[in-house]
Amino acid sequence: MSELFPVSVSVNGVAHGASVPARRLLSDFLRHDLRLTGTHVGCEHGVCGACTVLLDGAPVRSCLMFAVQAAGHEITTVEGCGTIEAMGPVQQALTESHGLQCGFCTPGFITTITAYLRENPEPTAEEAREAISGNLCRCTGYQNIVKSVLRAAEIIRGTDAEAGDRQEAPA
Amino acid sequence: MTTRQFGAPVQRREDPRLVTGNGRYLDDLGHTAYEAAFVRSPHAHARIVDIDVTEALDTPGLVGIWTHEDLEGPVGEHLPVLIPHPALIAPRTGRALAKDEVNHVGEAIVFVVAEDRYAAEDAAAKIRVDYEFLPAVVGVEKSRAATELVHDDVPGNVSAHLLQEVGDLDAAMAGAPHRLSLDLSIERSASIPMEGKGVYAKWDSDAEHLTLWSSTQTSTGVRAAVATRLGLPLAKVDCITPDVGGGFGSKIMHPWPEEVLVPWAAMILGHDVKWTEDRREHFISSTHERGQLQQVEVGFDDEGRVLALDVKFWHDNGAYTPYGIIVPIITATQLLGPYKPGTYRVEFWSLYTNTVLVTPYRGAGRPQGVFAMERTMDAIADHLGIDRAEVRSRNFILPEEMPYDHGLMFQDGRPLKYDSGDFPASLAKLKALVGWDDFAAYREEAEKHGRRVGLGIGCYVEGTGVGPYEGAHIVIETSGRVNVATGLTTQGQGHQTAFAQIVADELGVPLESVHVTTGDTRKMAYAVGTFASRAAVMSGNAVALAARNARAKALKIAADALEVSADDLEIEDGVISVTGAPDTRMDIGMTAVLSNPLRYAFDEAAKAATQFAGTFDPDKPPVADDEEPGLEGKDFYSPTQATFANGMHAAVVETDPVTAEIRILRYCVIHDCGTMINPMIVEGQVHGGVAQGVGGALYERMVYDESGQLLNASFMDFLMPYASEVPHVETDHLETPSPLNPLGIKGAGEAGTIPGSAVIASAIEDAEGFPITRMPISPVELWELRQRHERGEIPSLRRAHSTTTE
Amino acid sequence: MKPAPFVYHAPRTLDEALAALGEVGHDGKILAGGQSLIPMLSMRLATPAHLIDINGVAGLDTIEVADGYVRVGACVRHAQLERSEEAYAALPLLRQALRNVAHPAIRNRGTTVGSIAHADAAGEMPSVAVLTDAVMEVCGPAGSREIAAGDFFTGPLETTLGADELVTAVRFGRFPSNTSTGFVESARRSGDYAVAGVALALTSGDGAISAARASFVSVTDVPDVLDLTEVLSGATAEDVAARADGVIEAVRAHVTPESDIHASADYRRMLAAELTRRLIAEVISR
Repeated sequence: MSELFPVSVSVNGVAHGASVPARRLLSDFLRHDLRLTGTHVGCEHGVCGACTVLLDGAPVRSCLMFAVQAAGHEITTVEGCGTIEAMGPVQQALTESHGLQCGFCTPGFITTITAYLRENPEPTAEEAREAISGNLCRCTGYQNIVKSVLRAAEIIRGTDAEAGDRQEAPA
Repeated sequence: MTTRQFGAPVQRREDPRLVTGNGRYLDDLGHTAYEAAFVRSPHAHARIVDIDVTEALDTPGLVGIWTHEDLEGPVGEHLPVLIPHPALIAPRTGRALAKDEVNHVGEAIVFVVAEDRYAAEDAAAKIRVDYEFLPAVVGVEKSRAATELVHDDVPGNVSAHLLQEVGDLDAAMAGAPHRLSLDLSIERSASIPMEGKGVYAKWDSDAEHLTLWSSTQTSTGVRAAVATRLGLPLAKVDCITPDVGGGFGSKIMHPWPEEVLVPWAAMILGHDVKWTEDRREHFISSTHERGQLQQVEVGFDDEGRVLALDVKFWHDNGAYTPYGIIVPIITATQLLGPYKPGTYRVEFWSLYTNTVLVTPYRGAGRPQGVFAMERTMDAIADHLGIDRAEVRSRNFILPEEMPYDHGLMFQDGRPLKYDSGDFPASLAKLKALVGWDDFAAYREEAEKHGRRVGLGIGCYVEGTGVGPYEGAHIVIETSGRVNVATGLTTQGQGHQTAFAQIVADELGVPLESVHVTTGDTRKMAYAVGTFASRAAVMSGNAVALAARNARAKALKIAADALEVSADDLEIEDGVISVTGAPDTRMDIGMTAVLSNPLRYAFDEAAKAATQFAGTFDPDKPPVADDEEPGLEGKDFYSPTQATFANGMHAAVVETDPVTAEIRILRYCVIHDCGTMINPMIVEGQVHGGVAQGVGGALYERMVYDESGQLLNASFMDFLMPYASEVPHVETDHLETPSPLNPLGIKGAGEAGTIPGSAVIASAIEDAEGFPITRMPISPVELWELRQRHERGEIPSLRRAHSTTTE
Repeated sequence: MKPAPFVYHAPRTLDEALAALGEVGHDGKILAGGQSLIPMLSMRLATPAHLIDINGVAGLDTIEVADGYVRVGACVRHAQLERSEEAYAALPLLRQALRNVAHPAIRNRGTTVGSIAHADAAGEMPSVAVLTDAVMEVCGPAGSREIAAGDFFTGPLETTLGADELVTAVRFGRFPSNTSTGFVESARRSGDYAVAGVALALTSGDGAISAARASFVSVTDVPDVLDLTEVLSGATAEDVAARADGVIEAVRAHVTPESDIHASADYRRMLAAELTRRLIAEVISR
């Protein structure tokens, strides 16, 4: 077998280590070595965005990195964005706004939106749509994901106003 | 009063799991399983001369390599023709691994199992296959010409030919004051769910039991097919559908070669085996749909009423026909939409090509049929100078004509008979929503600023909820927990919520106490599957019927225990009480306790069911002759025919006068799927459907070259829309209940997709002033059409307005 | 879709990287951002025996703004450059173009220098490199050298870079202070490779154009510059529209597009010309 490289990496604040071949994709490492299967693989060529994780806080495609390259970095996956008992704001917003159907693309949206709202806490509907335009979803038609971005922003801001205030208007 | 759940926009109960990474999709299972990869044909049509695996044998991590000659018995035989039909004169199916000949790029030839997918791909890459090339038949036109054949023994490449006629068409056509002909074309597309297919098999050699998990739309179908292929008793096989990352039709096809081979290998190897389809495999080996050429001849009167509609079309069924001719049958029948032509004749030829096989993709033949019908309606309107909506309304079947029998046979082998619908009301709502009558002024204003805009419309009727049946089994535990099992599968439709809403209402229990399982043959062995917008209709009604049975039993037990008449009891919030005397009461969980006479108390509550508790009448047997222990309800729903949903869409598009780029400014939907279980979920289905309709109209196609190579087999080149390409959808609903089922439900799953190409073509045509007859359409194609129009090769519309006639 | 095995090199210094590169030569590939390379590896369209990962090489991740240029190190991510206010102030074209590079998640990982070294004619940054008269700083076994952008690109995915050489930085030249720039492209979907794109620099004096240069995306074999000064000289925001025919003619004559599944050559030619016309109107009226 090919040479194994020890990879030490912090995922969702927890230190993990495993020895893997250099060609092991970060997505496979997270899913099958660390068994954090929340990160999904939809295309393995960087287009769909389902495998998006945060690398030191910034969204990256985990299928376009090797696990060895993540050594020493801080990774956040969907599992790090909240739990069933204590959902994070983006997770809560998606649930409230019917922002998912099959749920396969959803983890990539959650990491992407989480990072986006840190830098853009008050997006317009148009900006919200642009923010999610690097992720493919085949179920929702995106409309309720846009709504979820706006709702998540409200939850984060701590305002309890209805998401309806900032609904998308047709072009 | 318990809040009524049916009809409420209840938040989905599956979501907390799915948004926190706790979903379990196929590839989330079996971390220690061996993994499979395939050598797939790189050629569209070739004879396999030799397969040399020598070089691959020393691949680190390799477990096994199999070719067709290694497959024994039924494993290597042709896969089944799932839906035989008398008109399917030359059905052909592939095998788990190709024998002697391949008929499309992507067909599986060699099966490789290794310790992981990396190693399996390493080995697959070293296997050499020698081919003798055969001419590739690609595209409907080439297949129809039949100068080359896909299958040597199928003359004309025709797998099926079907003609249906209602009334004396020739006479009506001859007598029609006006006649028009249209040549139309729709290209191939595909479901392309975000999760590809996958199968994971575990063979328990101690119990001699096979458990397989498949990302399928039919677990019962897969179970039966695999058991048959592997020669196992059905009792020794179970199929479980985990969370499924979308299906849209492609996963109703079964058994896939992989679904046969993976469990077969697991048995041989005595080790779990898994195959997770990758994106490239999905493009070249999972099914496609849509490709058709159509010829329409229509005769109509001065008012625009259709007297005679004569349709011929040629359907590309790809290399094999395991799913029969469901798609072209649907095109042929659902083409009629909300209209009642005086006479109708439809004839189709289903043709083999050396491309991936064709099975239903969301809409399933309807987008093509609606395209043909709606292009025809627009053509009639333009010919006569009548408003396009008006022409449609003059051809509508009216509410008082329901039920309306078209005199045709539908895809379920039963009459095409509409149960209900109010098309004039739908049209009125659509016109109001989009501002139909104000559009001329809007266009005038836009033109002043050099902008080119158009308005399009499309109407459809969708037969949903086809049989034969679905069932439900409800088990109420002593804790009051309600377990609901229905056999069809779920791939994002929110069944765990919608079915729970129905059960909560029927039983009178809190929604939170209801737990729904789908697609698990251990829990419900009788089921058909999730397709044809049937889940809510079929399983929705089945769970209601089963819940009513469970409720009746609970009331009977409570009535006995409380010494009152069951008629005087009601259930609210899981508590059974006497109407008007709420203190005489019993938890539904206690009726579950009492339903199961015990010798051994397992907890405090169970003591009430033990033999010395004095609960039971000593003169009667603990379990009455006509009873069974346990508080359960089971029932099946099996309708005589499909129920017909309908909808109407309108879109406003803007086309760039120079670059021909196309932008959808507004997209409006009126949708009638009968009574809605959960309007939030229905709305979501519409949004997603529209996105696929828009994708099919403006972005998505399967680009095959002449040799049968799929040139855009990646997400880089297959242009599935991002949020930036999908319009905001404006919706309004009509609820015309179906008289056919207890809940009045019609299906909603496919609706949003169906009229997409028709609506966008209508709008672009309106903007451009010349006919649009081929979809999808890209900016470069529109740009080239403009040039042809300018050269006089394409006529102007009669109503062509200033922008295009200047 | 899993990459074939390769030998992984993770040099910590430039010398180590060059040594590894010298050792493996044509059998090796540099791994920087990997956003173009890794998909090719996963599809096994590329199966290099060695990968030399330069992400750990010290000193390659800096942006330096000087009087005449913006110097971008080999490991600077697109997003890092896009966000740099100093770089934006010095050379707005960088941010204008970078916003069109794929999607943010790709820009967070992909490197600007890597996309130039990759030399994809559908890439945005090669066209920016030629328009800014960028200079490639190259290191190899024989030492370091510089290659002007105009001499760098030789064909689709081909450059004059040796197999044992590494681009360590790119110096994008700054424009004269009275220069306005713009970038526009049209793609089938947001973030896709452009059907056509154009980068533009208009230099003005006394309210009229004194110099105009453009470079293109997806419509030329190699990125190169079209000098539009003759066509636009003296034009103002008010009367530039009258030069449209000249602009369109010049662009049409300059570009050499090819047909593919997304657009024909004719369409791309039209689109490049029209985008240029519109971009000129937009930039001049700022």
